[in-house]
Amino acid sequence: MTYRLELKNVSKSFGEVKSLQNVTMHVDQNEVVGLLGDNGAGKSTLIKIITGYHKPDSGELYFNGQEVKNLTVPRARKLGVETVYQERALADQQTLWRNIFLGRELTNKFGLLDVRKMVEETNRLMIESMGFTSGAVTADSVINNFSGGEKQGVAIVRALYFKADLIVLDEPTMGLSLQETRKLIDFVKGIKRAGKAAIFIDHNVFHVYNVADRVVVLDRGTVAGEFLTKDITLNELTEKMYRVAESGHLD
Amino acid sequence: MTLQTEPPVNTNSAVAQQSSRSQQTWRFVRRYGLQFGIVGVMVIMWFLLWLAAPDTFRNKEIYISFADSVPYYGIMALPITLLIIAREIDLSFGSIMAVGVMCFLAVFNATGSPILGLIGCLLAGLGAGLLNGFIVVKLGIPSLIATIGMQFFWRGAVLVLTTVASNFPMEPAVQADPVLKELLVGRIFGVIPAQFIWMIIVAIATWVLLNRHRFGAHTYLIGDNPNSAELMGVNVGQRRILMFGLVGAASAFAGIITSYSVGSFFTSLGSGYLLPTLSAVFLGGTSVLGGTGTILGTFVGSFIIGAIEPGAAALGLLGQWTQLIYGFVIVISVGMHTVLRRRIR
Repeated sequence: MTYRLELKNVSKSFGEVKSLQNVTMHVDQNEVVGLLGDNGAGKSTLIKIITGYHKPDSGELYFNGQEVKNLTVPRARKLGVETVYQERALADQQTLWRNIFLGRELTNKFGLLDVRKMVEETNRLMIESMGFTSGAVTADSVINNFSGGEKQGVAIVRALYFKADLIVLDEPTMGLSLQETRKLIDFVKGIKRAGKAAIFIDHNVFHVYNVADRVVVLDRGTVAGEFLTKDITLNELTEKMYRVAESGHLD
Repeated sequence: MTLQTEPPVNTNSAVAQQSSRSQQTWRFVRRYGLQFGIVGVMVIMWFLLWLAAPDTFRNKEIYISFADSVPYYGIMALPITLLIIAREIDLSFGSIMAVGVMCFLAVFNATGSPILGLIGCLLAGLGAGLLNGFIVVKLGIPSLIATIGMQFFWRGAVLVLTTVASNFPMEPAVQADPVLKELLVGRIFGVIPAQFIWMIIVAIATWVLLNRHRFGAHTYLIGDNPNSAELMGVNVGQRRILMFGLVGAASAFAGIITSYSVGSFFTSLGSGYLLPTLSAVFLGGTSVLGGTGTILGTFVGSFIIGAIEPGAAALGLLGQWTQLIYGFVIVISVGMHTVLRRRIR
């Protein structure tokens, strides 16, 4: 069966900083891959390449077996990649419906906004997926007063609405309360049950271990190792993470 | 396929209240708070002038005068609103006014057609604006600094290319096509200055662009959080360059209207409009920090700025009071917007 996503020998530098060097990894059609690594390992750069935000300096990307050159953000979305960014990628002073449709506004062929449709869809999503059932929050509410979890909810609902096949979550538990974190973990498990794939990045090895089928460890721009979570215990994985951060080797 | 699991949301923080009639009204007020604010200021000012200077403000002459002269800078203030919402600024629009009219005359002298001249004028303004945008976006120079430089550059270009004189009569162009003159600066029903109608048209067009078009949606997003906009695939650079282009074209248009109305092209055209135009935008509620702003605010703000000097004169306040009143009105209005913004959100 073809992989949903495959990277072969992908490298990326920013000036003198070699962010990624010859990274080869893949994501199966229906699995959750945890991407682990210390600060500066290259996780965010890798994600931004997968989502089309950065262009790799060298290497190839394959989506469902087909090579894709010159991937852009709109193209990546068409291929079914949706991202929940670490920074949430939201506009705080704008309304909920503007945030849901950020960059993908529903328009007619002249570019005129179909505001009514966007508000309608937002209202529907608010009740069905976000659980905003009270009248206090509407599609026109400005989001800067939302809690961390609510903003996270907006970013996730946005990714889902546009029919993602591969959901990339970049440090999604950052700023969330314990309860909200547990809901997020359940949600990622739901992605797997729905037959899709996900890449989950988190500093917290415990969260990743809980939810991932396979873990890819990045260190200083290269893939240090891969493990199936069923073949390794949490303690062993944590030990290896410390070791690789100190010495550059997993063992 | 939609997922069955609910994404995480803490519904305890979304207050559980039923939405009542008064809540909905209050929400309406909050949503349009900026516009209510500036219209309120205008109404108060107007009322005071109506009471205190009845000879001037209860006669139609003063209003015709406003309709005649405010569009000279008001037409530029409208697209500049979009630019400032997007966290950019342009200080060179006054010089681009002159560039536009200079190109009008050049094309007119070459072809004998004022219509072609007008097209040339608008294209020149668009080109100058796009060049500004290119410099800001591709070279990465902050727009404040880049457009200070371009302000001198464009003015210098006009002075160098017109060394023979410092003003040029518009009469030949007017005579060549009197209909065009009527269309641009004539009197509708013998009373309403055409440029006022143009300002309304520009206001409606920029309103639609800002509030009903994807371009406007992107403008708000870029101003609010350019990083988020970029991550979500908005072509931030292209949008910004186009905005500068629009401001350039509007400036050229304002330039030709002013010159037709005054009857002469002065090479210093536009040099006095920098502060009134920008004041109108900020008075109208657009924040210099970006992300918020309204067309109605700028429209009303333009007239408030236009009314200060004649209003002061009508109240018998001598010239030296004008500056003080300008400052007072601007600080009060911008202060009001800042406070309102904090309390509404």
